[in-house]
Amino acid sequence: MSRRHIISLLMENEAGALSRVAGLFSARAYNIESLTVAPTEDATLSRMTIVTVGSEDIIEQITKQLNKLVDVIKVMDLTEGSHIERELMLVKLRAVGADREEIKRTADIFRGNIIDVTESTYTIELTGAGSKLDAFLEAIDSASIIETVRTGASGIGRGERSLKV
Amino acid sequence: MIFYQFMEATGAEIVVRCLAEEGVEFVFGYPGGAVLNIYDEIFKQNKFKHVLVRHEQAAVHAADAYARSTGRVGVALVTSGPGVTNAVTGIATAYMDSIPIVVVTGQVPTPAIGLDAFQEVDTVGITRPCVKHNFLVKDVKDLAATMKKAFIIAATGRPGPVVVDVPKDVTYHTTDFEYPATVEMRSYSPVVKGHSGQMKRAVQMLLEAKRPMIYAGGGVVLGDASEQLAELTRLLGFPITNTLMGLGGYPATDRQNLGMLGMHGTYEANMAMQHSDVLLAVGARFDDRVIGNPAHFAREQRRIIHIDVDPSSISKRVKVDVPIVGDVKNVLTDMLALLKQAKEKPDVAALNAWWTQIELWRSKNCLKYNRNSPIIKPQYVVEKLWEVTKGDAYVTSDVGQHQMWAAQYYKFDKPRRWINSGGLGTMGVGLPYAMGVQLAFPDAQVACITGESSIQMNIQELSTCKQYRIPVKVVTLNNRYMGMVRQWQEFFYGSRYAESYMESLPDFVKLAEAYGHVGMRIDRPEDVEAALKEAFSPALKERMVFMDFQTDQTENVFPMVEGGKGLSEMILAEEL
Ligand SMILES: Cc1cc2nc3c(=O)[nH]c(=O)nc-3n(C[C@H](O)[C@H](O)[C@H](O)COP(=O)(O)OP(=O)(O)OC[C@H]3O[C@@H](n4cnc5c(N)ncnc54)[C@H](O)[C@@H]3O)c2cc1C
Ligand SMILES: Cc1ncc(C[n+]2csc(CCOP(=O)(O)OP(=O)(O)O)c2C)c(N)n1
Ligand SMILES: [Mg+2]
Repeated sequence: MSRRHIISLLMENEAGALSRVAGLFSARAYNIESLTVAPTEDATLSRMTIVTVGSEDIIEQITKQLNKLVDVIKVMDLTEGSHIERELMLVKLRAVGADREEIKRTADIFRGNIIDVTESTYTIELTGAGSKLDAFLEAIDSASIIETVRTGASGIGRGERSLKV
Repeated sequence: MIFYQFMEATGAEIVVRCLAEEGVEFVFGYPGGAVLNIYDEIFKQNKFKHVLVRHEQAAVHAADAYARSTGRVGVALVTSGPGVTNAVTGIATAYMDSIPIVVVTGQVPTPAIGLDAFQEVDTVGITRPCVKHNFLVKDVKDLAATMKKAFIIAATGRPGPVVVDVPKDVTYHTTDFEYPATVEMRSYSPVVKGHSGQMKRAVQMLLEAKRPMIYAGGGVVLGDASEQLAELTRLLGFPITNTLMGLGGYPATDRQNLGMLGMHGTYEANMAMQHSDVLLAVGARFDDRVIGNPAHFAREQRRIIHIDVDPSSISKRVKVDVPIVGDVKNVLTDMLALLKQAKEKPDVAALNAWWTQIELWRSKNCLKYNRNSPIIKPQYVVEKLWEVTKGDAYVTSDVGQHQMWAAQYYKFDKPRRWINSGGLGTMGVGLPYAMGVQLAFPDAQVACITGESSIQMNIQELSTCKQYRIPVKVVTLNNRYMGMVRQWQEFFYGSRYAESYMESLPDFVKLAEAYGHVGMRIDRPEDVEAALKEAFSPALKERMVFMDFQTDQTENVFPMVEGGKGLSEMILAEEL
């Protein structure tokens, strides 16, 4: 049975680090829904969050293969325990006439912020689990969407559960 | 020594000194613009020997064979661009069989990278999927530590090729040089010791077995654990089989050895594998050429113990019950100790019954062939080679039917004697492999069993053999076909032999002579033994000999497990 997994990893922040991971996923035909990467508070480390879908066997192979990359320091399947997942989305919407009020109300309900305003558009910033961002897009009239940009999920374990060197 | 340390050195000097510090004996390479500074330093030193090949692919194969036969890291050096792309087949070949090599590649100067400079390729990008790791050294200050890391990574854990890409400007930049004794890598620490609880469970399971089987692979050879494997196997009295890569890991002439398993494995090995109730897999990766259809293999209930240094080899294609991650030598040593302490003993009655069954399978004599043929049978040539060399030669092969006959009929009793490309199946490895081995063991008998098609894929190396007086003996099983392709076309494509006939073959005798070697053509079975004896005689000890055996064109490799079929569903010779 395939399930969605969020895998976090720490690796050496070196040129080409990202391509090693991306290359592994494409070479072995693993799914990749999103992948985010940035340096950590320790600039020698990169932290990556990968959202993937696969059966238990595939996910086991994915974590083993990631661990095998020489630059990878630690790998954790966040979905194996309690965790928090957040994604940032920016949405630019056509907002004219009566729609302006309606859009603002919907954004409020989803705790979104309007971060740019013109006579005809709103740009809304929204943070949450991927499912919440999906729900927002569902709630908006799709005809009014000009552009969306999503960062892909970032994740962290709850409480003492952490991924550290 | 002190003199060496803390002195300014150029990048090129550093590369050369690092290789010397690593105790490298041979660097197999080919020069070009990007590595000229390194070659200039090679010219000035005498710590290691540079072997000039005739094609970069051969440089990597030779370094790979040096590693396979000695257990030490092999080294190749090639220039940027085409030098690298030519080397890729060699690197991928080493990668698939987990062979420790370091390949130093030249690169365009750092300011030119990315500008489509002359002879620029993205070496790190091209090689990434077929190396254990690779480095682009952008600063000469990182060079020595990177070289050290490359050697450590190549040789430890699951071995593999490492590429170090060195831009030309880095080779003339200078820095203080000190070769580190070791380098810590927080991201790299292979597990070497087995988990004690798992090992206890494994020993318990082995002692409970009624129909046990040991399946030993290339990991035993790579991990130098054949002694421990032999002790364990004898202590338990269990049957054992080797993969193509594991041949020699347990003596082939020992009764407990059922021979190779898999697509062209013996009847007894495949049957015992399929019907075992406890399977001990040691340094083997359940390859698709080994267990056939995994669903068919899973039909019989059995418990599986799997020892492997690479966790990703475990439960990849076949689910196992007791995974043991660790170095095979350590794990087997610990398991032997546990076994000797154990109060339980193997179930002798069950084992006897199991051996009776196995002997019945063995009595099928699945490797028999027609010994009265008026045409030379390829199997006969390999058997005679085994006799003439007293089973003590290093044997390399290319890829095809001849490779399988070499594996089936040359009985390897020692590890690191059988040198071939299993995982990638690269035609053209045979001759450069033989060179790498012969240079490592100048006094040994080295034979290259090849086909008339494969040998032409690196035939230019006859020239290298001449230059360095490398006296390898080439045994060509010349069937005028890409025999392995022809066999599949006969079985599965209605005998439509599309493009598998080798037309316009050269006169190999003349060709060998043109390169300054000894050529022989053998047409009749009665001349086979004499030819081999002559080739391996003291008179020709210093000479490279090319033997062209005209073998039966229609011979096929048996047993055979067709793709997608179960391991016990073999086609045997007599069934056709
Ligand atoms: C034409 C052709 C036909 C073939 N037919 C057959 C056939 O009939 N039968 C057959 O067996 N093969 C056959 N092969 C070869 C096959 O493709 C595979 O290459 C081979 O079976 C793999 O062998 P292996 O499982 O021993 O693994 P290897 O590739 O040798 O891998 C070694 C394993 O050991 C592990 N390891 C390495 N070092 C250590 C250590 N120190 N400690 C613990 N573990 C370690 C590695 O992680 C790896 O999992 C054929 C190839 C060709 C080209
Ligand atoms: C580089 C490469 N190209 C193609 C193949 C596919 N292939 C496998 S065996 C074979 C034929 C080998 O012929 P030969 O060397 O004459 O050996 P024989 O099978 O006749 O003994 C071919 C083409 C391969 N393994 N490697
Ligand atoms: Mg042939």
